[in-house]
Order: sequence, then structure tokens, then C-alpha cells
Amino acid sequence: MNLDIRLPLGLMFGIMGLILAGYGLASGDRAMAGGEVINLNLWWGLVLLVFGGGMLFLARGSIQKS
Amino acid sequence: MTGIQLGGIDYVILIVYFIFVLGIGWALKRYMKTSSDFFMSGHAIPAWVAGLAFLGANLGAQEMIGMAASGAKYGIMTSHFYWVGAIPAMFFVGVFMMPFYYGSKARSVPEYLKLRFDEKTRTFNAASFAIMTLFSSGISMHALAKLLNLLLGWDYHVSLWISAAIVLIYIYLGGLTSAIYNEVIQFFLIVLGFAPIVFLGLKDIGGWAGMTAQLDKVAASQNFPPGTWTHSWTPLATATGNPLGIDWFGMAMGLGFVLSFGYWCTDFLVVQRAMAANSMSAARRTPLIAAVPKMLFPFLIIVPGMIAMALTMKGGGFALPVKGDSFDYDMAMPAMLSHYFPHGMLGLGLTALMASFMSGMAGNVTAFNTVWTYDLYQGHINRKASDSHLLWMGRATTVVGILLSLVTAYLAQQFNNIMDFLQLVFAFVNAPLFATFLLGMFWRRTTGNGAFFGLLGGTMGAAICQGLTISREAHGIVGIKGGWLAQMFGMPPVHTYYSDMALSFWTAIFAWTFCFVITIAISLMTKANKTDSELTGLVYSLTPKPAEEAVAWYLQPMKFGLFVVALAVALNALFF
Repeated sequence: MNLDIRLPLGLMFGIMGLILAGYGLASGDRAMAGGEVINLNLWWGLVLLVFGGGMLFLARGSIQKS
Repeated sequence: MTGIQLGGIDYVILIVYFIFVLGIGWALKRYMKTSSDFFMSGHAIPAWVAGLAFLGANLGAQEMIGMAASGAKYGIMTSHFYWVGAIPAMFFVGVFMMPFYYGSKARSVPEYLKLRFDEKTRTFNAASFAIMTLFSSGISMHALAKLLNLLLGWDYHVSLWISAAIVLIYIYLGGLTSAIYNEVIQFFLIVLGFAPIVFLGLKDIGGWAGMTAQLDKVAASQNFPPGTWTHSWTPLATATGNPLGIDWFGMAMGLGFVLSFGYWCTDFLVVQRAMAANSMSAARRTPLIAAVPKMLFPFLIIVPGMIAMALTMKGGGFALPVKGDSFDYDMAMPAMLSHYFPHGMLGLGLTALMASFMSGMAGNVTAFNTVWTYDLYQGHINRKASDSHLLWMGRATTVVGILLSLVTAYLAQQFNNIMDFLQLVFAFVNAPLFATFLLGMFWRRTTGNGAFFGLLGGTMGAAICQGLTISREAHGIVGIKGGWLAQMFGMPPVHTYYSDMALSFWTAIFAWTFCFVITIAISLMTKANKTDSELTGLVYSLTPKPAEEAVAWYLQPMKFGLFVVALAVALNALFF
């Protein structure tokens, strides 16, 4: 197929990761577990960002083509 | 259930997802030139994409909500739906059956039945399958709308119609490819959206040991020995010794063999994803690739349900919502989401949940439009239809299929555990089917009449067995839980099963056996209706062995498959 699925995957999770990490830095919304306060948005946003970046890296061949 | 208040940030995440879903449909529109592009993705899907879609198509409402619910209700035993009820069948379909599906050039599972047997067998299967997909699609939509109403206070009808409209748009534009791509996105959304729940939940409860301690108390409160919630096989020694109400034989034969093989090996909904793969090797690897994440999913979906139960037992902070005089198990996953996730992550978790419902719906719609267009419309109504007409018909059927799903959504009744009900439907329609395929693919003597009357007999046999027996959980009320036929004859049910699940598993075992025996008997009494040359490529003994493709050794289906099976055996042993 002519659309590489890794492209929308990378873009979508990259954007979601940026939004979540940014929100985690800017807001006071936190997760609580085992008596600890965790900035889940920031950390998990970064995970999504890395995943999205990885997908875009794998899709670099089809990005160059188009 | 206390509702969830979504914040602006949550809506932002949800909207990003919708933009990509619709954008993919829009981007794929220009590639949909022939009916093959629309219904079979032009046989151009790479193995890993087909594999994740194979998994994602099955990952609908019943799984995300039902499996977490069962995790809370029954514990790690629920993993049998994965380690026993999926992996062996996925191995079998990939290694042994895919050469005939993919190699026969059939465009659908019913079409394989036409090539192998005859028109009436194909039509019987196509019609029952079409009805079943519409029903499943409707249940999926109904469950989504109900959940959104309950959790977020969104209007039921608005949620129903909007989610239907989104699915309609992306399938209408991009056909099967759109559905497959969205299933892949949904797969990653679920993994990435739910993984933190497991982490936070386990941290809260004090790790696996902390969870076990609480679940042992749950077991004790229901008069089961310790470990019932955290061992998968030991409690199955007797049907009365576990909350599922079934023993190991019923589990292994009913779920592990009949229902699971009936679903994964013959259900066009999943097989269609493998048939869209770009080569024979990729098609065979599709179910095997799917099997790897599939066997890890219990940790992502069942364990949160178990943690929810354990936290409820422990008290303080989290408690499962109550419905009537028992827990509302179906709320286990949504309640965990709202308990642990702050705004932002909450949007991600909810998006993952919505994605799973919507792609469950989309998977059914794409299977429905293919079976309608190729098997029923082209097969009976308009045999000479041009390809562009079939493409048009596919799009029209997508609209009609969505509308009919809306009808079934409104018809869908409310059941305590969605999974039990679906298993029952599958028992009538799917369970006999695997006997037909097994004989069709591996016994050349099987005839068209044998297959047709075997299927008919199996489905009827399922209904008769179900009607003559009853589940203890029916509390004497005949109907969906059996006993209706016995009542018609004015006699008590011939057997009372210990649970609904035992009833449906055993019904499936009987249905399969009826079909198997009747098909053999009638085949021996009737003349073969296909010559050996017609059956080449369709039957094992008449088909040249596929040469091991020029792929790395670890990608060869048999070796990859054995690795998958070994992993599943190890998981069963670990939680024995």
C-alpha cells in the first residue's frame, strides 16, 4: 500500500506525547500510587514522544520518497 | 458509578485521535481503484501490519471491558481465553490452514467453501456470518454508547450516531486498508494507554505478592481455597472448585479446541486480515505475529481487573462500583482509569477505550461488506457485475451495514457479562464450522452435501443441546441460559451445568461433534462433487507442499510457530 502506516503512527503519538509532556510541566495534575505523587503526564508523554519518534525514524524511507 | 469529568486537555487528545482516524481514510481514498483494493487491500499489507490488525480486529468491546471484568470476577483463570483459547488456534491457522486460504485465491472464507464444496455451503456460511457480524457490530456500538453515557454523561443516541458516522466515513473512504490501519493504531493506543494502569496499580497494592494476599481473601469469602484467583489450572480440577464453574476438560476441549479454533481459524473477520497480506509467507506469519502480543495481553487487560478486585478487598481509596447486590465488574477497567489517571492521561486511556470499540465495529463492517458483495450479491443477485460496480456496492454496503448495526445496537439487550453471551452465539454458528474446515482441508473425500448437512446438523445440534440443558446461573429461568426446549416438551432439563460458561463450552463441544460425525457419514454416502484437479490448492493431500520461502529461518512459519507455542506453554506453566 502506498501510505506507510508508520508515518501516521509516528506523527500521532509524537503529537500526543508533546501535548501530554507539555501539560505535565504546565499543570498540577498528578497521579497518586503507593503514597507517591507521580507526574504521569510528563513521563508518559515522553514515552509516547520516543515511540512516535522511533516510528518516524523507521518510516524515513517512505518520507523521503514522498 | 460516579462519573468522570473530562478536562479540556482530555478532549484535545481525543480530537487528535479523530483527526488521524479520518485523515487516514482521506489519505487512502485515492488508492481505492478496484474492488480488490477496497475489500482485500490489494494484497499489499506487510506481515507485521496484518498481524497487529489480526489482533486489533478481535480487540473490541468484549475484550477491553469483559476481560478486565472477568479478571476481577475470576482472576488469572481468565487468561485461558488467551493462552488456551487463542494461541494454539493461531498457530494452527498460520502454519496449516493459511496455505489453503491464501493459496486458493478465494476472496473470503465463504468463497473458500464454494471452491472446496458447493454453493449452498457457501451461502449458508455467508448468510449466518453476515448476520453475526451485524450483531457483533451493534453490540460493540451499544456498549460504547452505554459506557460513554455512564462515565461521561454523554447522550446515548448522540454517542451512538457519532461513533457510527466516524467508522462509516473512514471505511467508506479507505475500505479494508483504512480498517486495518486503524486497528494497528488502536493496538498501540491500548498498549500505551493502559500500561501505566498496571504499573500504578501494582505499586499501590504492594506488587504481585500484595495482590495475591488480597485475592486470597476474596477467594476465602467465596469458600474457595487460597490461590484460586492467581492460579490458572490448579483450581480447574473440578467444576465446583472455581468461580468459572467448569473443569479442565471442558475448558481445554470447549474453549481451547472447539470455540477457539472455530473463531481464529474460520472467522472471516480475522482471516480477512491475513488474506490481505502481501505474500503467502506474510499471510502465514500474520496470526503468529499476532500471537506474541496476544499472549502478553492478560497482563495488560486481566491484571488491572484483578488489581481492582484486590484494592476493593483491601479498602481505602479504590472500590469497584456496586450494581444491585454484587459488584459491577464491567466497570473494573473504566474505574481504574478514572482512579489513577490525571487529566491528560485520562484522555489517552479513554481514547484507547473508544478506539477499541470503534475498530471492533469497523472490523465487523469490513467483513460484512466483503461477504455481502462477493458471496451474496455477486454469488446470487448479479453474477456479471463489473468490478467498478462491485466497488460501488462495497461502499453502499458499508452505509447499509452501519445502519443495520445501529438497528442491532438498539436491539442489543443488557447482559451481565458480554463475553458469556457472545460465546453462546459463537457456539451455535462457529463451533460446528471448524469441523467442516478441518475435514474439508485435510480429508479429500469430504463432499459438498456432507459439509452442508454437517453444518446444518451441527448448528441444530447446538440449539437442541442448549435447549435441553440449563445453567445453574439461570436460577430456573429458561431462555438464553438454556432449558427452553425441555420446557417445550414439558420435562425438566436433562442436565444442569454449574455455570453459563460451562453450558456454552459444552454446547460447543456437542455442536462440533455433531457436525464432524454427520459430515463424515454423509460424505461416505454421497458421491464426490469435485474432481481431484479442482481440489488442488484446496485440500492438503492434493496440494504440493509450499516451499520454505526465501526468508530468514526464524521467520519461517513452522519455526516461528513453534517458538510461539513454547512461549504459551511456559506462561501456562508459570501460572499453573
